[in-house]
Amino acid sequence: MNIIDLIRQPWPWYIAGPLIGLTVPALLLLGNKSFGISSSLRHICAAVIPANISFFKYDWKKESWNLFFVAGITLGGFVANFFLANPNAIVVSPSTQSALASLGVTDFSGLMPSEIFNATNIFSLKGLIFFVFGGFLIGFGTRYAGGCTSGHAIMGLSNLQWASLVATISFMLGGLVCTHFLLPFLLELVS
Amino acid sequence: MEKLKNRFASAIHDGDLDLLMEDGSDGANQQRTAESFIGNLKYLIVGVLFGVVFVKAEIVSWFRIQEMFRFDSFHMFGVMGSALAVGMLSIWLIKKFKISTLSGEEVSIPEKTFNKGQIYGGLLFGFGWAITGACPGPLFAQIGSGFLAVGITLLSAIGGTWVYGWLRSRLPH
Repeated sequence: MNIIDLIRQPWPWYIAGPLIGLTVPALLLLGNKSFGISSSLRHICAAVIPANISFFKYDWKKESWNLFFVAGITLGGFVANFFLANPNAIVVSPSTQSALASLGVTDFSGLMPSEIFNATNIFSLKGLIFFVFGGFLIGFGTRYAGGCTSGHAIMGLSNLQWASLVATISFMLGGLVCTHFLLPFLLELVS
Repeated sequence: MEKLKNRFASAIHDGDLDLLMEDGSDGANQQRTAESFIGNLKYLIVGVLFGVVFVKAEIVSWFRIQEMFRFDSFHMFGVMGSALAVGMLSIWLIKKFKISTLSGEEVSIPEKTFNKGQIYGGLLFGFGWAITGACPGPLFAQIGSGFLAVGITLLSAIGGTWVYGWLRSRLPH
């Protein structure tokens, strides 16, 4: 097996996790930047639609590194998918598969369930729930919490911040409640 | 001057100023010297590497997030746990050996202070995470990997951030 074939395989957690962790010192040492991604959404608001709201009145250009960073993530997604894609189907745990199948999600061939994440669903109830409503919660929730998985669960916890522990527990709790109580209802609604 | 004073007084009155500074700790830029477009390209490169890891470790997958919230796989817990361990060790080393930045500045990380927003906002984000299978980072990586419909999710997330900024002084913190 050559190196490219090896890279094309899904990366195990013990390779991916430490690499993600290295983002913390990389950003700190390259330019004294604290790792955080959801802040980019705020900078986009400040740059495009500040609408005289005090929360969006600040020098977003000083924070533009964050926009370069997320542009890079987008580009990285492109590179990984178009040049380094896994030739095989994703392996999803059997118990998750059967739980999801009973809720109507049955296509386990891609990274995302094609029944939901399909451009033809944009103007449907599925799109409204899984793109518009879900996206709104991400943007509203992360800013209300002052950070997301990167800013709190990785950067904040790495720096031993109590507030980030509270936030991380809340993220997980919200996700658990949603997965087990709201998601079955939502999937039934759109099936 | 008077106007400025009034503005400050009202800002302090509803705790706006404190909160604004608090929130500024997320993704904060503590570097004193300004950076050019070319200088900013290094963050683009870090982003590219990061995006590749996101996709290759399948963190961008809706299924992996479902497995995590159903406790059916160790993968996501392993990723987050080991990322955290490396992050923690790096910050400890940087502080211990007073390692300075590329431009010779002292590394400085703003504190994150607790407010109730971390609970309310955290729970709301958790719901969004489970529905979309993405946190803000993977959103960008998903779009790059060709799931263009996720562009709608991103636009809506920007909208959600905007609505938060608009309602902020009326929300419990």
